[in-house]
Amino acid sequence: MHYAPAPLHIPDGFLNFIVSLICWAITVAVLSMAISRTNKSLGEKQVPLMGIMAAFIFAAQMINFPVAGGTSGHLLGGALAAIVLGPWAAMLVMTAVIAVQALLFQDGGLLVMGANILNMGLLTSAIGYGLYRGVLGNSRSVKLTVAGVSAWLSVMAGALGTALQLWLSGTSSLQTVVLAMLGVHAVIGIGEALITVAALSFIFQTRPDLLDEKSISAKSGRGWVVVGVVISLAVVLLSPFASANPDGLERVATDMGFINAGQSAPFQIISDYNIPFLGATPLSTILAGVTGVLVVLGLVIVAGKSLQQKSQIENRQS
Amino acid sequence: MHSDLFDRYHHGHSRLHHLDPRVKVIVTLAFILSNALLPDGAWIAFALAWLFVIFATLMSGLGIGFTFKRSFIAFPFALAAITVLFSIPGQPVTSFRFLMWDLTITDAGLLRFVSIVIRSWLSVQMAILLVAATEFPKIIHALTHLRVPIIITVIISFLYRYLFVLTDEVMRMLRARQARSGAAPGVRSGGSVAWRARIAGHMAGQLFLRSYERSDRVYNAMLARGYKGELMTIHPHRYQKSDLVIGGLSILVLFMMQIAGRF
Repeated sequence: MHYAPAPLHIPDGFLNFIVSLICWAITVAVLSMAISRTNKSLGEKQVPLMGIMAAFIFAAQMINFPVAGGTSGHLLGGALAAIVLGPWAAMLVMTAVIAVQALLFQDGGLLVMGANILNMGLLTSAIGYGLYRGVLGNSRSVKLTVAGVSAWLSVMAGALGTALQLWLSGTSSLQTVVLAMLGVHAVIGIGEALITVAALSFIFQTRPDLLDEKSISAKSGRGWVVVGVVISLAVVLLSPFASANPDGLERVATDMGFINAGQSAPFQIISDYNIPFLGATPLSTILAGVTGVLVVLGLVIVAGKSLQQKSQIENRQS
Repeated sequence: MHSDLFDRYHHGHSRLHHLDPRVKVIVTLAFILSNALLPDGAWIAFALAWLFVIFATLMSGLGIGFTFKRSFIAFPFALAAITVLFSIPGQPVTSFRFLMWDLTITDAGLLRFVSIVIRSWLSVQMAILLVAATEFPKIIHALTHLRVPIIITVIISFLYRYLFVLTDEVMRMLRARQARSGAAPGVRSGGSVAWRARIAGHMAGQLFLRSYERSDRVYNAMLARGYKGELMTIHPHRYQKSDLVIGGLSILVLFMMQIAGRF
């Protein structure tokens, strides 16, 4: 049985001691909140449930689908887990998954596990539940769309977190790592979004009781909407900032006079993350980021609509 | 097929296998921590750390090349560190043209890159050795003794128990999908990417429901066997003096390594 490591699992050695320690501190703080909340609100029955849900996430990460050229899309699962289990339980479940991947398969390091849990477990759960919680009471298609967007954003948040930690550790230069991580994960995130939406719509059809308004809103408070939106906005605003900030490779390139060669990428919709007529101001950079998100949002809506229509047609046929 | 094949424990009766799991976990973590603390280019200390890995491998009786063979798992991630080759200012070592960039590798960048890769390579070997010479439930138990919250260790032990069951389930689903995806040579088969993603998503949803319903059955079965909210074991988990001696000596060696790394 092969086991393919995912690009977000940072191995030991790639983050320095201080960054690893800070990430552990944040992770431990959030997890201890998660533990006290789940201990309060959950019965003994929830423990086997969470354990098996952790095994589910682990196994579900093996489900893949061919995209093109030998690459395949697959699931990270943080947003999906948060929507069906609630944020606190999802954080514990994702922590267990990441811990086993690191301990058993050396997929991700031990000293850097705090960072990996933060990127793939905590940020993803907060965004997934927060955004979905915000649109409870709306129609199913709105909920599914938001679930898809939150899944995409959760992958981007994980990628941005990883990139920033690598940069802070002096392992990568800021602009290159941010652009590379976000570029790759913008595509991976679409796979995540499509699978999450399809999985939820399947559960809606077969066991709607698991996803009704009451059981979702009973899992945690409305404060999560704020948390989810704030983290999402941070990702949207920070990404173009970090990648437009001339650092590392670009500075070396500037020093050597090769900056022009480096910038002329073959595909440029929004050149250098600036809107042309606004010039290179922070406002322009932010607008470029928001535009990018709107484009992805549009794509997800269109994809979600077509998925739903197809499901309905098939339901009628069967 | 039973996917318990991918359990990483290799049965044995060596001194390392019988060493107390708490000592093994602590020494492994201390070793990885020590690597992270070593400065760039501490070649003597890196060599000592490698000797430490080799010595531990010999003690495990798994064969001297055991950790070496599987130690390259983290290498793809080295891509992330490649930019430091060019971005740290220093004496140019070599420059070349890659696609449309002219790149210059500096000596300081090279030093940093090699140090990062060595640290990662050494750390991964120790982690491989830990799971190869310790049964996973014992590692979980050691974590409980080391004050990892019970709820996390219990979730991890459930995950470990049902990992293989649910992986088998996924393998069956993937095989079923493959069996129903006929393709003739020269004819494009399968739908659009969105269609494929929807199928994968339905599989994930299906797997979720199966797991959810299984957890109900598991809980009922556990209740029937007297489950009261915590997992019990009759293993005494006592350590011997020699375990402490080995652990203490290892920490001492790691400490010396840190000193060697600063000269």
